[in-house]
Amino acid sequence: MRWHKIYGLSLRHIYLIRNSFPRILDLIYWPSVQVFLWGFISEFFTINSSYYNNTVGVILTAAILYDFLFRSSISYNMMFLEEIWSRNFTNLFIAPIKISEIIAALTMTAIFRTLIGLVPAVLVAIPLFGVSIFKLGIPLIFLLIALYIFGITLGLLVTAGLLRFGPSFENIAWASLFFLAPLGCIYYPIEILPNFLQIIAKALPLVHIFEEMRNILINQTVNVIEISRSILISIVYFVLGVIVFYTSYYGAKKKGTLINIGE
Amino acid sequence: MNINVKNLRKKFNNFIAVNDINFNLDKNKTLGLLGPNGCGKTTSIGMMLGLITPTSGKVLIDNKDINEVNREDLLSRMNFASPYIELPKKLTVGQNLEVYGRLYGVKNLKDRISEISEDLDLNNFLDKKTGELSSGQKNRVSLAKSLINKPEVLFLDEPTASLDPDIGDFVRNYIETYKTKNNITILLASHNMNEVERLCDTVIMMKKGKIVDRGTCKDIVNRHGRDNLEDTFLKIARSGNEMA
Repeated sequence: MRWHKIYGLSLRHIYLIRNSFPRILDLIYWPSVQVFLWGFISEFFTINSSYYNNTVGVILTAAILYDFLFRSSISYNMMFLEEIWSRNFTNLFIAPIKISEIIAALTMTAIFRTLIGLVPAVLVAIPLFGVSIFKLGIPLIFLLIALYIFGITLGLLVTAGLLRFGPSFENIAWASLFFLAPLGCIYYPIEILPNFLQIIAKALPLVHIFEEMRNILINQTVNVIEISRSILISIVYFVLGVIVFYTSYYGAKKKGTLINIGE
Repeated sequence: MNINVKNLRKKFNNFIAVNDINFNLDKNKTLGLLGPNGCGKTTSIGMMLGLITPTSGKVLIDNKDINEVNREDLLSRMNFASPYIELPKKLTVGQNLEVYGRLYGVKNLKDRISEISEDLDLNNFLDKKTGELSSGQKNRVSLAKSLINKPEVLFLDEPTASLDPDIGDFVRNYIETYKTKNNITILLASHNMNEVERLCDTVIMMKKGKIVDRGTCKDIVNRHGRDNLEDTFLKIARSGNEMA
């Protein structure tokens, strides 16, 4: 992989954000709204629920981490959709860049977009609700890594669909994360799910991430195996995502969609 | 760079878009690709650029199969401009040229951008967002992007479509001068017959995915007993018979 090419492609998205104040505002707005909404819900639950008693911020921390996942995935999809909307797709695919460099550039730029939105929301939660995700300590880094890899994977799978089926696949991009959210056990323990769904849920990294987050905040202990498992599962899905993306790319070349997508 | 197209065919489901075409794109020559809408011109260009996988047949670059040469190396020596594809609208002209310059690995990029901006008269709107430009300005920016890497082979799909005669003439002049100065190979798909007559050394006429005639503009016009290429085009496009 050539870093100057990855940088070149990233620059396209960085300029796009930098040139547009409404775009920056949009990136910041939604995570902040989430923090306000879940902050008040969180306060209500800590007062009225024995499970969450004295564990101020478990729900809000879960909401912030879920938003991190959501933003990572959506950022990835959005950058790909931007190419389709601007009808720049063909220019991109006739440029001398490898598919792996396109994936790398989108992955790196997605974190930039995600952090623009999330950092203010995380900082707002501290004075407003007395909740800081930094209370998770060092494990937070690893939980974020697992979430990011999985978020990117979902982004990859959706972009693979866009590549193969064209802009009509766009709606799936928005729906993809909501589909997995119930199985992710973001706000509730896995035991709430019916047995057969628990088996499916355990195959996703989300359950391991959010169970571990609750474990750290409620029990004040760190389960390294659970964190490692969440990263490992995320990596497996990522590899699968890359394979699906390549398959879609070759499928799109056969179908001829690379030359007229967006029209 | 020589490009040889051998028995190239593309079938989309039950529709044959390109049907066993053969031709050579000789080094430093301009080849015109003519034919009515839907005759397979864009699909042919797509296959030559590696954007579409042929159903059968080959595209040979300097006698090597396009699938056997390094894709990135090959693409760094080519480029493509078409009014049907655009550059990111929210980026300024300068930013777009910088991004594509980097993607093509252009050395001394600032100098190259200055040079091409001067040549194509882009300096007045380098800082303007691409989406805010007129058709003529966008067209010149698209041409600048397609020349940013000093390609050996340039694919042009209707480079002057929707331009007023003045800007159209400016673009044609520029292409003509650039080609003479830099000895590049050009494949030009166009519906503007005057443009084709002016710019192309040889011409291929396509219809329903097949090549129905080829030669110099003069030869083709004479062969069909018409006065000019436009009338010849109309005759071929409206006839039911395919000619070779």
